[in-house]
Order: sequence, then structure tokens, then C-alpha cells
Amino acid sequence: MHVVVIGAGEVGTSIAGSLSSDHEVVVVDVDEDRAEQLKYEIDVLTIAGDGTTSDIQTAAEVGRADMVIACTDNDQTNLVACGTAKTLGDGFTIARVKSTDFLRTWEGSEGAFGVDFMVCTDLLTAENIVRVIGLPAAIDVDPFASGMVQMAEFEIAEESPMAGQTVAEADRFESLTFVGLFRNGELTIPRGDTGIKAGDRAVVIGSPESVQAFATDVDPRTTPDDADDIVIVGGSEIGYQTARLLGERELQPRIIEQDPDRARWLAEQLPKAVVMEHDATDTEFLSREHVDEADIVVTALRSDEKNLLVSVLAKRLGVDRVIAVVDSPDYVTVFEEIGIDIAINPRTVTAEEITRFTYESVAENIAVLENDQAEVLELELTEGCGLVGRPISELVADTDARFVIGAITRDHQLVTPRGDTVLRPGDHVILLVDSDSVGEIASMA
Amino acid sequence: MTTGIRVGWRASLGLTGDVLAALPVPLAFPLLTAFYYGESPLPFVAAIAVSLALGASFRSVQDPAEDLGPREAFLAVALIWFLVAAVGAIPFVVAGVGTVAHPVNAMFEAMSGLTTTGATVLVDFSLHSRSVMMWRQVIQWLGGLGILILATAVLSEIGVGGAQLMETESQTQDVNKLTPKISRTAQLIWGIYVGLTGLAIAVYFLLGLAFDPQMDLYNAVAHAFTSVATAGFSPEPQSVGAFHPVIQWAVVPFMVIGSTSFVLIYFAINGEPMRLLKNEEFHFYLGAMGTLASIVAFALFLDPSVTFGAEGTVRHAVFNVASIVTTTGYASTDYVAWAPAAKHMLFMGMFIGGMVGSTTCSIKSLRWLVALKTFRRNLYTAIHPEAVRPVRVSGKPVDEGAIRDIYAYLLLSIVIFFLLTVVIVVDAERAGLRVTEFEALGAAATTFLNIGPAFGEAGPYGTFASFPMSTRAVMIVLMWIGRIEIIPVLVLFTKAFWTS
Repeated sequence: MHVVVIGAGEVGTSIAGSLSSDHEVVVVDVDEDRAEQLKYEIDVLTIAGDGTTSDIQTAAEVGRADMVIACTDNDQTNLVACGTAKTLGDGFTIARVKSTDFLRTWEGSEGAFGVDFMVCTDLLTAENIVRVIGLPAAIDVDPFASGMVQMAEFEIAEESPMAGQTVAEADRFESLTFVGLFRNGELTIPRGDTGIKAGDRAVVIGSPESVQAFATDVDPRTTPDDADDIVIVGGSEIGYQTARLLGERELQPRIIEQDPDRARWLAEQLPKAVVMEHDATDTEFLSREHVDEADIVVTALRSDEKNLLVSVLAKRLGVDRVIAVVDSPDYVTVFEEIGIDIAINPRTVTAEEITRFTYESVAENIAVLENDQAEVLELELTEGCGLVGRPISELVADTDARFVIGAITRDHQLVTPRGDTVLRPGDHVILLVDSDSVGEIASMA
Repeated sequence: MTTGIRVGWRASLGLTGDVLAALPVPLAFPLLTAFYYGESPLPFVAAIAVSLALGASFRSVQDPAEDLGPREAFLAVALIWFLVAAVGAIPFVVAGVGTVAHPVNAMFEAMSGLTTTGATVLVDFSLHSRSVMMWRQVIQWLGGLGILILATAVLSEIGVGGAQLMETESQTQDVNKLTPKISRTAQLIWGIYVGLTGLAIAVYFLLGLAFDPQMDLYNAVAHAFTSVATAGFSPEPQSVGAFHPVIQWAVVPFMVIGSTSFVLIYFAINGEPMRLLKNEEFHFYLGAMGTLASIVAFALFLDPSVTFGAEGTVRHAVFNVASIVTTTGYASTDYVAWAPAAKHMLFMGMFIGGMVGSTTCSIKSLRWLVALKTFRRNLYTAIHPEAVRPVRVSGKPVDEGAIRDIYAYLLLSIVIFFLLTVVIVVDAERAGLRVTEFEALGAAATTFLNIGPAFGEAGPYGTFASFPMSTRAVMIVLMWIGRIEIIPVLVLFTKAFWTS
């Protein structure tokens, strides 16, 4: 594959580094020194210049590129770069943005800005944090259909209330499908009367809210509920998005933000959250507001130093779990060595998401389960493909392939699959497939 | 700029002139009534002549180069409300009958009319011609229309009639954008006002045919004019109490609608009734009225001297509470005779008022709602001083600046109300009259908050002629200030308004 990466910052470098071994990678950066330096770091061709211009993109042979990844620190630059790339060829364009407004616009109109796939750094980071907070019991969680659908795998513990139930009893959520059960490493396609035993691993696909509710059923002890006290320190975009996503899952966090205008804005946007305007490094304030008794503290301030200070303070005051947003990838290990439970770096998260995306070919999105016993795929159905036009129950009866359809998104709406649901072209289907049947499903799609 | 005056007063005078020049149109209505009943047309001919002359002379000083900004609008609004009342007083003086023949009384009656107050100095209603009595009704209808224009559309930027509140209250924040053109918005609002008035005429007249011959076409028109305007004058000395109970019940919804936001009524008519039904101010307004009416009914049931019967007790409680809270000022019975508990409830009701964006007067429900919610928020922040809690109305945050303005307005209103009470008591004593504190409090509230009747001598079946002339002069000024919500008048007395 010929891949052009525009922007040689941390994200661009990381992506280029992981792609360079298997692909032909060209990196464009506006800074001549940076471009020169990169040549010695990884084995890629570098071009110094403005990546939004036709001249530079032509030099990088964007016209024959399979993929163009615009990942500078500037949203507008990335969007313009993708737009320019679309005038030169039809490579798949990926843009990194910070603003959720651009993401909303793009989601509302596919192909807007000439972008084929958009990664919103702050939102992605917030989704990661929420997954860490919300689903501590999950072994594996993956988002599908731009976050509308989640796949999660849980191990059923001895004391779980779900041990001993049947699948029909456990799967009591409207927008959730119980797609697979691993027992002693063997995949079972569950039926309603299949019994669940301790030690089993359950795989579910559904809306993030329903997965959250399912997690509470699996492990009410560690899964947070509305009685748990979550404090977000710093109302940055990441802090705001985290609070918003937690709110959607019925978890109402408290937010501490020092800037009065920003605090007011947060309070207006999040009617149910408690917003406090104060310096979070004031220990007297923290103990007065009982932050020391919080179950989870997330630090999302704008500087790593402050995040470090607040994280250490929170840990010392006795907070159970502290999750820190760390802007510089170099500090991630430092944070974790000091005793912060989880350090999340937005750039790493972004680079991983883009890299993960570049690996996927037939399916839009893949998750591999239990040493490749099964895969969860996201397929976009096309006109005339073998899955379209028939009820799901017929599809299942007519093939030997072992698969379960977990969720469908149609025009950005979640559709819960039932036996009589008929798939249509344009649908995004998220399904669990036995690894031996992947070839058969791929040939039908 | 040699004079140092920084107000485009010529523009203000020009606008005032436009309004005065248009005044013959409403004056034509009592004029035609006079012809119809064969009464003297002279009072109205004189008023028409004066309004045309004043209008023309004001328009002649207009300088088209001057723009009408907020400052000029303040001046124009204050001038218009004062001068229209002055011209409106002319027919009473020219007719020369009864108490209102005196210029101060005539001005009181006209100002009480234009400000949709409804306090009267008439003593013997039978002395006056039907056309003069109709003029009292017309001027109130005009006053209601005027305040609607200020409160909803044309001059909302100067913030009279709670219009600035509507901008902070997001459910109606697009009040200026019902349509892109202001003149079109004004037409829509007028259309609803005229339509409601027409409906009221039809309902009153038909019920009159069915139940009560006294509710003839004349009375139907006269009461329709003053119920949708939440104004309260009636050509009957017994007010609405002169009519059949069914008609009394029928008047209640028109008073209530007149005090409901016309912007939300517009949305309700255009297929978005939820914007009205889910509006928190609407809930507060109806809730306050319902609670007060229940308490008054309860108090009346307990009072052994009250002999209305069950339906009558409920009717009188609902009618008079609605009349006071909507700031109309009709009465279905002489509540002066009621026990103190019920009367004090009515007194309390005077301070509530209807919704912003309507013809209502008084302090208005939205201000109280925001003040109460802010108070509750402050209780929370007393425990959590760092908490940031926007005050929300109908789910939308209210600007902190608007909250400060509302607190300031409440305080200013209460202070002016107390000062007026003191003036009434002191002035009565000077004149050797006996006015109790409660009567003084009631009279101060009812005039400053533009409600209408008070208690004691100035009760719904009484007259304000019982106060000294000097008190009435003060009341004229306070009705004027109260109706246009204090600020436009008070700013005229600041140096900064004129020079900086």
C-alpha cells in the first residue's frame, strides 16, 4: 500500500512507524528539520512542505496513494489536506480532528470535507476513559459503527448473579444481543435456554448504554452505578466529553474546573452534573467537598504537571482509582510507576485507532476473540451481496457458517436484529463469526 | 452638539407625533357611539383636534437624520404614555360632568385607563353619557395593545413589559424572530389580540342573549375591550358582578389568556402547543392563581357571614383572584366586605402578575420564578460555595446579569410601593381623612402595580375620589412609572441619559 502521512508530530510519527515495515510510507511535514530528522528515525520517505497544497501532495504521489492520513495538530489543516487529496486521486482519506463539531458535521453527511474516516482525538480519549471507568469487569471492549455499538466480553465469576441463569434470563435488554459464550475455550453459539456457568466468558453486542447495564448484572460489585462518586478534575474538552458520556450511562460525575466561564459553560451543558469552580490542588477544598471519598477520580487538566500533582494528591487522600490524561507519551510510564492506576495518552489512543483502521480490509472493523476462536466483524452491506434482502432466520438456516448478528446500524440509527429482520444495502452489520466460517461470510458479503 | 444634549430628542418627538396623529382612529369609536346614541360629539371632536395639532407640531420638529436608538426609545415611550393619557383626559373635561370634569381627576381616569389599571374616580356612573363611558373602555384596549407592542415585538430592546426577560428565557428568546420582519411580528401579535377581543365580544353577547339582557351589545363590546387587555374598567358600577354567574365564569378565561404570553399563544395556534404547556412560567402563573383561589374559597367557606352558596363561593374566589393576579381589576362582588384572611390573600395576589409578553402588569410571574429559583440555588451554594449552578427556566439557563436585574427590579418595586404607601397615609392625615394602613397598602399596590381596585373606600365598588387630590396626582405619576416598568421614566432623570 502507498500511504501518505501528513504531519510528523507524535501521532504521525507513531502511525508511520507502525506502517513502515509493510507499506510504502511518505511523510509530509511543514518543518524542514523535523522532516530531515524523521528520515533517521524510521525508514520512510519524508517531504518538507505545506501538506495542504497540490504541489507538495503531488510530490508525495497522493494521486496513486491508497491511503492519506492527515494528522497534524490543526483541524483545519487536516480537513483541507483531505480535500486536496480528493482532487488528486481517490485514496482513502483519514483526518484527525479535535473539534467534535467537525465530527458531527462529518457524521451528518458522509464524505464531508473529502474525509472518508474521521478520528476525533478528544472524543476518542473520553470514550476510552469511560470504557475504563464503566466496564472494569470486561476482559475486552471494542467500539463499532463510530461508537454507536459496543462489543464486550465478560468472564462470569463464581459470585456473579448471572452464574446459573439461562441466556434468555440474562439477555433482558432491548438493544443488546448475547452473541457468544466461551466455555473452556470452546465457542458456543448461545440459544435462549443455554445455561450460563461460572467461568464462562460471555460476548455481547449492543448500544453502549445496554452494555453498561449488562455489566452491572454481570458484576454489580465493581461496575459503577449512580451511587458511585466519580470526580473529573479539569473541564477540558476531554473532561467535558467524559462527563457527557458518563451521563448517558446514568453515571453523574462531579467536575472541578478553575476557569469561571468554562465552569459556567459546563454547568449549562450538563444540567445533571455538579460543577465546582475551584483550584483542584487546594487540599482543604478537596476534603471539604469529600473528593477524598470519591470512588474514581479522572484528571483531565491542561498540563501534565498539574495532572500529576492532582493525581498524586487524590491517591494520597485515599481515592480508589485514579485515571490521568497524560499529554506527553513519555510520561505515561512515569505516571503509572508513581501509582496512578491508568494513564491515558490522547495521541497514542489516536495513533492506535488510525493504525488499527489501516489494518482492516474486507471488514470495516474487526475484533479478534479468545486466541482467534472467533471474530467480531463490522460489514457495510452493498447492493446484491448475499446477506441482503432476506430475513435473518432464513440466512442462518441456509448456511453452515456459524455466526450471530449482534447489531445493525441503519442511517445512523441502531436496529436490534430479530429473526424476521431483513438486511438492506447500506446497513452496517456487526456480527460474531466462528473463525472457521469467516471465509464463508466474507464471500457472502 | 453645542447644547451638549446627546439624546436624539427630535426622533423621540417624531415618534410621539406619529402616535398622537394616529389617535383620532380610536377616538372615532366613541365619536360614532355618540352619534349612534344622539349624544354630544364635542368631547371627542375636541380630543381629535388636539391630538392632530400636537401630532403635527411634533412631527414638524422631526429630523429624519436622527436614528431612534434605545435612548430615544426610552424618551418616546415615556412621552407617549404620558401625552396619550393627557389627550385621553380631554373628553372627560369637555363633557364636564361629575368628578372627572376636574382636570386632575380626568388625568387620573385617563392614566388609569391607558395603563390598564382600572382604578376609577367616578362616583355616580349614571351621570355620564354612554359615549364617554365607552371611551374609558377604548383607552384601556389601546393601553393593552400598546404594552403588547412594547413587550413582544417592536421595541423589545428597551426592555419594557418584561421583554428583556423573554430574551433571557430561551423558550421565547426568538421572540423577535417569529418572522424576520418586526412589522410582520407586530401584525401577528395584534392579530391575536384583535381576534381574542372579537371572540370575547361574541361570547359575551351570545351569553347575554341566553342568560342576561343586561349584557347587551354595548356591554359585550365594553367588557371585551377591558378583559383581554387585563384592564378592568366597566360601565357598570357593580363591575362584572352586575351580570349572570355564567357570564362571570365566561370572563375568567379571557382575563387568564390576556395575561398569558402572546408569543407562546402564537406558537400554540401554529401547532406547537407544547411550548406553552411545558413552559415553567405558565405553570407558575396558573399554580399561583390556583393556590390563591383555593385558599380564598376555603376562607370564604369558613366565614359564617358569607352566603354565596357553594357555586357562588367558588365563583367569587376564582373570579376575584383571577382578576387580581391577571391585574385586570374587575370584581364579581364587593370583596371589601370579606373577612381579613380572604382580603389579605387578594392583597398578596396583587404582587404576582401574569406572564411576560402579555398585557399583564405588576411584577410578573417570570421574575418571581427566577427569584425563587435563584434563592434555592443560593441555599445550595451556601453549602457548596464552589458549585456552579445555572438557574434554569424551562430547562434553559438564565443569564446571571438578568438575575441581578430581576433582584434590583424587585427591590425597587417594593421600595417605591412602600414610599407610596407612606405618602398616602401622610397625605390623608394632612387632609384630615381616615385611611387605615391596610387600605393605604392596597391603594399603593393597586395603582403602582396597575391592578385597579383596592380595599376600603377605594374598593371595587368604591372610588379613588375619596383620596385627597394631591394623593391622586402622585398616583397618576406612579401608574405611569409602573406601567412602563420604572426604568424608562427614571433614566430620564439621570444626567448621564441626557449628556453622556
